[in-house]
Amino acid sequence: MRVALFVPCYIDQFYPQVAIASLELLEKLGCEVEVPGNQTCCGQPMANSGFAHVTGGCDANFSANFSGYDYIVGPSGSCVLHLKEHHPDAKIRSSVYEICEFLVDVLQVKTLPSYFPHRVGLHQSCHGQRGLRISSMTERNEAPFSKLTYLLDLVKGCEWKYPERQDECCGFGGTFCVTEEAVSVKMGQDRIQEHQANQVDFIIGADTSCLMHMEGILKRSGSKVGVKHIVEILNAHA
Amino acid sequence: MLSHAEASEKFIANQERTDWHDDTLWFVRAKRDKASKLIPEWEALREHASQIKEHMLSNLPQYLLEFEVNAQANGIQVHWAKDAHEHNEIVYSIIQKHGDKALVKSKSMLTEECHLNAFLEQKGIDVVDTDLGERIVQFRNEVPSHIVLPAIHLKKEDVGETFHQHLGTPKGNKDPQFLTEAARIHLREKFLAAKVAITGVNFAVAETGEFVVCTNEGNADMGAHLSEVHIACMGIEKIIPKRQDLGVFLRLLARSATGQLITTYSSHFAKPREGQEMHIVLVDNGRSRQLAREEFRNSLKCIRCAACFNTCPVYRRSGGHSYHQPVAGPIGSILAPNFDKKANVDLPFASTLCGSCSNVCPVKINIHEQLWFWRQDLMKEGLAPAGKVISMKLMAWVLSNPSLFKWAGAMGRKVISWAPWLVNNGLNPWYKQREMPEAPKQSFQEWYKSNRS
Repeated sequence: MRVALFVPCYIDQFYPQVAIASLELLEKLGCEVEVPGNQTCCGQPMANSGFAHVTGGCDANFSANFSGYDYIVGPSGSCVLHLKEHHPDAKIRSSVYEICEFLVDVLQVKTLPSYFPHRVGLHQSCHGQRGLRISSMTERNEAPFSKLTYLLDLVKGCEWKYPERQDECCGFGGTFCVTEEAVSVKMGQDRIQEHQANQVDFIIGADTSCLMHMEGILKRSGSKVGVKHIVEILNAHA
Repeated sequence: MLSHAEASEKFIANQERTDWHDDTLWFVRAKRDKASKLIPEWEALREHASQIKEHMLSNLPQYLLEFEVNAQANGIQVHWAKDAHEHNEIVYSIIQKHGDKALVKSKSMLTEECHLNAFLEQKGIDVVDTDLGERIVQFRNEVPSHIVLPAIHLKKEDVGETFHQHLGTPKGNKDPQFLTEAARIHLREKFLAAKVAITGVNFAVAETGEFVVCTNEGNADMGAHLSEVHIACMGIEKIIPKRQDLGVFLRLLARSATGQLITTYSSHFAKPREGQEMHIVLVDNGRSRQLAREEFRNSLKCIRCAACFNTCPVYRRSGGHSYHQPVAGPIGSILAPNFDKKANVDLPFASTLCGSCSNVCPVKINIHEQLWFWRQDLMKEGLAPAGKVISMKLMAWVLSNPSLFKWAGAMGRKVISWAPWLVNNGLNPWYKQREMPEAPKQSFQEWYKSNRS
């Protein structure tokens, strides 16, 4: 299966290990992965700040890099949701997948050769969860499901925990994290506190932006708890 | 006036109180979850309610006229107000006709929206809010911080002090039972003295010309039943087509608001009792303007349950007053720009777009999407600070040019590694309470080039 790997701009620059894990994991599962070399950004940072009218260049560049692929897969729920909701090209909108939903829905993964002997706290990033419906939400009266915990259950040694409020936002919110700095940090601190109460080694999730925000708070407080993208765990081996 | 971000920072400075506010409202959200999950058809019920409102909004003129005819036939006097000022004048003229100087008023967000209290007080009328929470904030010269729980920003110690000052309760007494009893005695006098009572309206039924007022304290009923003149004030979007629709809305309202199965009082007012005058004021005040905006018309489905307040992680940590509007929270943030874009430009940005609000909303208003649409609308209208416009355009330019992006990224990472003080300083709001991410030597694309091609 031919797959184009979409690496969001900030992952490319600051979290290359997340993109490497995505690449290796998809290859391990039999995909022929191509990495368009001139990709940059999906346009979300501007659009969510009220400047969707200046993202034409980003949209065009995304199309130039990703047109013609049946599957565009990226390790970020919010970037993928932005493309699904706002990219002008319908073919792109219907071809783009967040990597965990791609693993579960398209590749229909039943087993993984992964090993990660740690206790992890699962942060459900809102755009993946509520926007892409990667998992059920506590707001709705619906049968519980989660593509993330389905995958984590395939990883040997990994014990995952939800925080007490299992799907509350971490407060990253794009430019919100600086324009509403006080609320943003307070929300992040509150999430972290609940994860720490579960004595986790790592806070993990399917959106690096949320993790970057919580990592910044964790480091400032000198905490030993780390952050990892879920693909780093799915790709981990003994 | 402070922006939402500035007011929030002040609110959060008292961490203990912020945590208490957050936990208290989360408790209400959890009660709502429990109550909504007792109904297997909950999601279908939300959809049904949303569709009834959709139908109502599409046929609003007909239903309003139908309501007017039926209400008049019942003996209710119907008034139309195009804006807040007209509404206030109408209410005042009714009061004036009866020559009264004091009145009791139960909860009505519409009258808050129209700033009726301030208007009447200027005319020398003593307005007594009879909802306990509203009376507390009224004593303090504040406005409600929450549309269902108006004094939720206050702790019992605060209420004790306020009552000590205004009702003469012993200093330091913070016993809720005692304070409630004091308010009860105080309000009883006001109820007995008032000739005019104002109430809000939760639902007005076009088919029958009746209106329904929901309270937990029975204060609307007490006021209306003792009064010689009952004035009910409502926004035009409160119309529902049929009485049977209440079977949908009353099940949703209290469960969504507080997790109760139903409000303690759901009172139907169909006609004045003998010798009483009953008035209803139908108010537009910008609603038809909102109705004409395709992206935002759904906001008029709101039944003011405040479920979106209680679930909003931003609201819970910033308090209702940070929204500087009578209706705070997520729904307030999509209603406010309709009244004044410039004054409320900060509100659609007071959200992470987490989407929790849209999913608790009993009438399925796409609140977080409307927040996004308002952001576009306000920025396109030129309401962004000049610095933001420049930075957004610069960002868009860099991110549209792959080679420029690669160069800028590499430079940025070098700056962080070689001259961390350039980003790790007080001018960078990220750095105030968070470390910057570490800058790797290679970007992914650089790694890919050296390892895979």
